[in-house]
Amino acid sequence: MNLASTDTASGRNAGRATAEPVLSVNDLVVTYYTDLGRARALDKVSFTLKAGTKMGMVGESGSGKSTLALAMMRMIKPPGRIEGGNVWVGGTDLQALSEEDMRKARLSKIAYIPQGAMNSLNPVMRVGAQMVDAIKSHLRGESASAINDRCVWALKSVDLDPSVFHMYPHELSGGMKQRVCIAIGILLRPEVIIADEPTSALDVVTQRQVMETIDKVQDEINSAVILIGHDMGLMAQTMDHVAVMYAGRLVELATVREMFTSPKHPYSQALISSLPTLDNKGQFKGIPGLAPSLLRLPTGCAFHPRCPLASDRSRTEKPKVNVLPGGQLVACHLYDQGN
Amino acid sequence: MTTIVATSAPEAAVQQPGRLTLLLRYFNRNKGLAIGLIILIALVLFTVIGLMTINPKQAYPLSVATKQPPSLKYPFGTDFFGRNLLAAMVVGMWQTAVIGVIAGGLGTLIGIVLGFTSAYFGGWIDSTIRTICQILTPIPVLLIQVVVAGSLDKRDVTIITMALIVVMLAWMGPTLVIRAQVLTMKERQFVSVAKLSGVSDIAIIFKEILPNLLPFIAAAFVGQVFAAVFASFYLAVLGLGPLREPLLGNIIWAAQLQGAFFNGWWWWPIGPSIAMILILGSLALINMGLDELANPRVRRTE
Amino acid sequence: MSNLLEIRNVTKVYQRGLLSSHAKIALKEYNLTLKEDEPTILTVAGESGSGKTTLAMLVLGFITPTTGEILYRGKNITTLRGADRMAYRREVQAVFQDPFAVFNPFYTVDHLLTVPIKQFKLAKSGRDARNKMDEALTSVGLRPEDVLGRFPHQLSGGQRQRINVARALLLKPKLLIADEPVSMVDASLRANILESLKNLHRDHGVTIIYITHDLTTAYHVADTITVLYRGDVVEKGDVETVIRNPQHAYTRLLVDSIPWPNLDQKWGQHSIRSKESQAEFHTEAPTP
Repeated sequence: MNLASTDTASGRNAGRATAEPVLSVNDLVVTYYTDLGRARALDKVSFTLKAGTKMGMVGESGSGKSTLALAMMRMIKPPGRIEGGNVWVGGTDLQALSEEDMRKARLSKIAYIPQGAMNSLNPVMRVGAQMVDAIKSHLRGESASAINDRCVWALKSVDLDPSVFHMYPHELSGGMKQRVCIAIGILLRPEVIIADEPTSALDVVTQRQVMETIDKVQDEINSAVILIGHDMGLMAQTMDHVAVMYAGRLVELATVREMFTSPKHPYSQALISSLPTLDNKGQFKGIPGLAPSLLRLPTGCAFHPRCPLASDRSRTEKPKVNVLPGGQLVACHLYDQGN
Repeated sequence: MTTIVATSAPEAAVQQPGRLTLLLRYFNRNKGLAIGLIILIALVLFTVIGLMTINPKQAYPLSVATKQPPSLKYPFGTDFFGRNLLAAMVVGMWQTAVIGVIAGGLGTLIGIVLGFTSAYFGGWIDSTIRTICQILTPIPVLLIQVVVAGSLDKRDVTIITMALIVVMLAWMGPTLVIRAQVLTMKERQFVSVAKLSGVSDIAIIFKEILPNLLPFIAAAFVGQVFAAVFASFYLAVLGLGPLREPLLGNIIWAAQLQGAFFNGWWWWPIGPSIAMILILGSLALINMGLDELANPRVRRTE
Repeated sequence: MSNLLEIRNVTKVYQRGLLSSHAKIALKEYNLTLKEDEPTILTVAGESGSGKTTLAMLVLGFITPTTGEILYRGKNITTLRGADRMAYRREVQAVFQDPFAVFNPFYTVDHLLTVPIKQFKLAKSGRDARNKMDEALTSVGLRPEDVLGRFPHQLSGGQRQRINVARALLLKPKLLIADEPVSMVDASLRANILESLKNLHRDHGVTIIYITHDLTTAYHVADTITVLYRGDVVEKGDVETVIRNPQHAYTRLLVDSIPWPNLDQKWGQHSIRSKESQAEFHTEAPTP
């Protein structure tokens, strides 16, 4: 699938991006079988990402952002199930790996920093010991001194003093803990890093520091970064591409400039215009209505009940993903060929 | 996008399956609880139907022919003293249930009262209750029970005294558990909201906090019943129970004393032993199942 | 002209442990006066640990000041009794951050609305109560039949937070403490909730203390702003002036770190990494 990533004009790393995408997600489908019925949490999501680029993934809670991350890591737990699609990272099909190989791939090929990871550090273990453990469980036969060097390198990469190696999590501030989590994530220089809401519990100043750290780390190891969040402002400040999820579907994927200057999908448009800026003080443009329950999706386009531009076709027919001339992806009937 | 005030999109409510379906599905996940409940219900039915059909007098000595093996007339046989073992089992199970419910209920009740008092008043009241609990908890219960039960005149020991001996050292657990739960509940934000809604402190305890502790209280109660039944059993097996009553433990004690196996009266101790295993097993399964229900950390992903 | 709320020289110190001398000053000599007939929206901004939540807890009467006093309609809130206390409870309300924790999981969401109606005798009859609930829910954009009778976990975070705002609407307080009311709500719903709060202020003359670390939303809803840093007020004034032209170094850093959703307003090029190593900010008021 030809993708938005062809246009990387806004990315600082554009020059370094290689031609081949390092990550390619194709038609990924995840379904949860709950007591209340079947919920399609991810509906044929496809996109690619090149090394050295950053993609923001936004959407309301329940839109499938975190499910996508978990599915890419093959960490969906019952009653959820991956029911189709595949994920390629640097030439490896993750869905085809054995459990053991997948376990090893989890830090070395694709790293995941879950939401609230900073509060999941083991409080009775020194930071260093946790880092060494992470390396040992994924990489056999590295000498102790090499492991040590790796940890020191990772800590330095995230702007932490190497002395943090000997500290306990309670001795660190929230921002420092989050950077420790990033350091653990990059230990084995993965090709793809997924961070789920890494800054949602942090105040603005720390949030900015953490984002700048991610930026710097990425410069250093040139991996692809996916940032899951719902703060569009953060995406505008730090990302190259923005993907918008709605009710389990990827409804739009565009470069950050396109997303903020000319969003295509009506949901993206509503999302962008609901943002408070310095210039629209006192104007509150919320998106009317509520996100639909995955158990009871509206027919056709899931956004149609809230969409001011909905047509009869939106109500009956599920829109397919259109690739616009600029490489932008949008799943909306307004952009179907012939319209 | 001129609409400013949000209007809810017409969205069909998610079809909620019936309560029974949900309950069955829950039991399917929490099999321990389901199995425990099924065994317990079977035991209760056995006892209730038994009490209605048998002649309870046959549970006491010299009422029927002695040492009869199981037959149609006496499905569980009769013992050395001339008791119909079926009748003895039914009465014994009934008495076991009485001890369990009295001791378990009393222990849990003391736990609730002391736990809430401790957590609610705090200060020196809390320290006193907590210290007493912590001092009493490590004392070996068996030792004290044996000493107390052994020093009583055997003729005075009844089902009720049995229950009281058992409950004597069994209320600290529920007290500490409920105290800890109330303390964490007190910090929950819905308690703050209730205060803002003008709800008095007492009403907050009973209307906001207590209902949320019901699963804990149920689990504590079942745990207490288990401990009480078990204690009444081993005290009786040691011959420290009410000797005149056909308590399950007493039957085993008597069988052992008369050398039932040596003499080939194998049916004598078998029935009560199996009954005891079933009772304790079902209570343990229910207790674990309730624990899972009450404690989200133990709860499996649903 | 009478004062609705007056905070006089309030300091709150948290003592850790009985014997240790380790004490943390959460709020230092804080002063605030809110006039009864000039309803306003005041933002109290700061990062975690700045004392902003301590301030909320103090005003709501959940904790008592170490020194200083808080007067509601001229009376100290720690000594309020009887009718005065009930009036204070009814007129000073809050919307909290976590839209799940405020619901008692044992009850349906109706509980959040029916309890205050009953306690404060806001309705003459059951039908009247139901009408009032419907009205409040409708005006925050919910359909009563969608939410009433449901348990909190059956609703989305956005629905739950709107019910919280509906509760505030129902009670029509004089003073509303909004403690990070939108930080756990999806970005697309924030505008709706903030607008409901703003309407409450405009239509019913409710004074709102908006507590947040998010200067973007603060800029949009508030008239004035107070910036707290480790228990001290470092800057206060008109929200337009403070955000567009911050004086204190800390406020400048905060404003500088706002992630504006605007490609032409990117974070400055100067890096602000390793704040941990930076000297603490001086908390004296800057000379303008």
